[in-house]
Amino acid sequence: MEKLLEIKDLHVEVENKEILKGLSLTINRGEIHAIMGPNGSGKSTLANTLMGHPNYVVTKGEIIFKGQDILELSPDERAALGLFLAFQYPHEIPGVTLFNFLRTAVNSIQKKRTGEDIEKDRKKAASSILQFSKKLNEYMKLLGIDESFSKRYVNEGFSGGEKKRAEILQLAMLKPDLAILDETDSGLDIDALKTVSDGVNKIVTPEQSILVITHYQRLLDYIKPHFVHVLVNGKLVMSDGPELALTLEEKGYDWVRDQVDTTIIN
Amino acid sequence: MNTDILNIDRKETYKEKYGFYDKDAFVYRTKKGLSADVVKEISGLKNEPEWMLKFRLKALEIFMKKPMPNFGGDLSQLNFDEIYYYIKPSERKGRTWDEVPEKVKTTFEKLGIPEAERKFLAGVEAQYDSESVYSSLKGQWEKLGVIFCSTDEALKNYPDILKQYFGTIIPPADNKFAALNSAVWSGGSFIYVPAGVHVDIPLQAYFRINSESAGQFERTLIIAEPGSFVHYVEGCTAPVYAVDALHSAVVEIIVKEGARVRYTTIQNWSDNVYNLVTKRSAVYKDATMEWVDGNIGSKLTMKYPAVYLMEKGAHGEVLSVAYAGDGQHQDTGGKAIHYAPHTSSIITSKSISKGTGRASYRGLLKVMKDAKGSKSSVKCDALLLDDTSRSDTYPKIEIDEDEVQIGHEATVSRVGEEQLFYLQSRGLSEEQATAMIVSGFIEPIVRELPMEYAVELNRLIALEMEGSVG
Repeated sequence: MEKLLEIKDLHVEVENKEILKGLSLTINRGEIHAIMGPNGSGKSTLANTLMGHPNYVVTKGEIIFKGQDILELSPDERAALGLFLAFQYPHEIPGVTLFNFLRTAVNSIQKKRTGEDIEKDRKKAASSILQFSKKLNEYMKLLGIDESFSKRYVNEGFSGGEKKRAEILQLAMLKPDLAILDETDSGLDIDALKTVSDGVNKIVTPEQSILVITHYQRLLDYIKPHFVHVLVNGKLVMSDGPELALTLEEKGYDWVRDQVDTTIIN
Repeated sequence: MNTDILNIDRKETYKEKYGFYDKDAFVYRTKKGLSADVVKEISGLKNEPEWMLKFRLKALEIFMKKPMPNFGGDLSQLNFDEIYYYIKPSERKGRTWDEVPEKVKTTFEKLGIPEAERKFLAGVEAQYDSESVYSSLKGQWEKLGVIFCSTDEALKNYPDILKQYFGTIIPPADNKFAALNSAVWSGGSFIYVPAGVHVDIPLQAYFRINSESAGQFERTLIIAEPGSFVHYVEGCTAPVYAVDALHSAVVEIIVKEGARVRYTTIQNWSDNVYNLVTKRSAVYKDATMEWVDGNIGSKLTMKYPAVYLMEKGAHGEVLSVAYAGDGQHQDTGGKAIHYAPHTSSIITSKSISKGTGRASYRGLLKVMKDAKGSKSSVKCDALLLDDTSRSDTYPKIEIDEDEVQIGHEATVSRVGEEQLFYLQSRGLSEEQATAMIVSGFIEPIVRELPMEYAVELNRLIALEMEGSVG
């Protein structure tokens, strides 16, 4: 089985405070992993660090993605390599339509991957924009998104559910090898949660891997993980099959703290 | 917005694209510096009527007496003695493209004029230094009685109309640079639209300063008779020079009852140009004036397009966008003066600054006593690309009437780390991400521009921003 992502003994500081304290995790191609943890355990730190946010400083450890050490890569280089982060709080880009944003993203990733600048060749650019529109419309239909959506400015005035659906639309268009879903369920009511996770299930292929980061178990009813890990105080303290999520939901994070050696998590 | 900002060849530098010039293409120029003799020489060379010579000499006197402006940017390096006030590039004046001298044509081709012409131009009045070298006007407008020519030609061919309005909206005594322009003006566009005539494709002019130390003092006058409509578009590209150049234009517009005039400018001066322009319009009953103003480049730009709302129902808008790069100061904004009841104005200003660039919004909103029921909204947004750039606002509001609705809003934002990270996580480089944020920021103005100018504005800003990040 192909190792897609290997995190080894990862230590991360934010504003000189250590948040991740030796996290290790391996994700193979096609696997769905869930990381669950209480507030402040380091879940979003892990997501941001994997994507290369400049404020998250790796002080120790390695991140190997597709056999390549990616610690020195910028976020856009990581994106080109096949990483994707669905944001917990997607940012607004006033004045830029979702269509243009996505087209630019798709083109620049393609350019980085193949070295071919589609915009250089007018004919190719014209046919590529047609293909792009077609694909975008297909995915929007699949995700139950109205066509007018692509003409709106990125995340501006979007409802919570629309923002998350827009993230999944981006996932669909960019086709990463590994998609990190950072608290995708937060701020969604049950109907929106169902729509968004159905969308994920429809677009993700067996060749793609997913890392779901969540506080609650409910998202995992829809996006079913192969493995569940529990993150407490910057370390993965438990790993097991999907049933772990149910146990956690029932017994709470205090149960985890009781189960593991307190010297590890403090 | 349009995607073009991201599609350009990013290796193509500003200098390569715009920093060219034809060496000594002119055939005549006055000696450096300003005097009554120089003014007489300019007037004489043009065979002007006596009244214009008198107007010029009077303006020169005013210019000599007036102090420099005590606001805006630093003018201490501007040396009036080091400037050529009149340069005539060519003896011939082309009516069709074929007649334009090859050398001049090459320059215009580099600037993309013929392409614009092919697309949809009604008429082109392009200024190469101080004299129009190329102009064309489609017959259909001529038949309707529309006049579109250089102001010099108008003085020869339509002296009565010109004399009636010339200098009435911006008299020479208005400010030092209006006086300077009045003394040495040359070229510029003259547009006369008869009552009820709608010129439904934009009239365009393309200006550029070519000769080193050339002052460019074009003078534009637009008269829209009742119920008429015209959209005038000017674009400027100046090449890069070591010696400081001065551009000081005067634009006067008269919008009569029920008429509408839109004046669009995209200016891209090289970073040694002082761009000191006075633009003003008088707007009469139920008429509309719209200024759309894009300022890129120059060392210092001081420009505040004004709407004087003279009669009931007059409406004025000023939409401006300024980009201040390293070492540049854009002091821009708008003025609205409500003289009559039930008049309305909207001023929207957007500025971007990076590096040591400084963008200032300077505006005046004045509502006279008895201008009851007037409405005005002023909105200025500034975007800073880094920690060193600067933005200021100087909004002056004088309201002498109680029964009015006034809105004022100002925002300053910085291109945020989180926003950049978000875009970068989608595969955009930091440079692309910044360009995208900027193009979104100016989108409300860009969408008001004719297509090719929208493309050009985005392109110019992308070129300016090149290497600004990382």
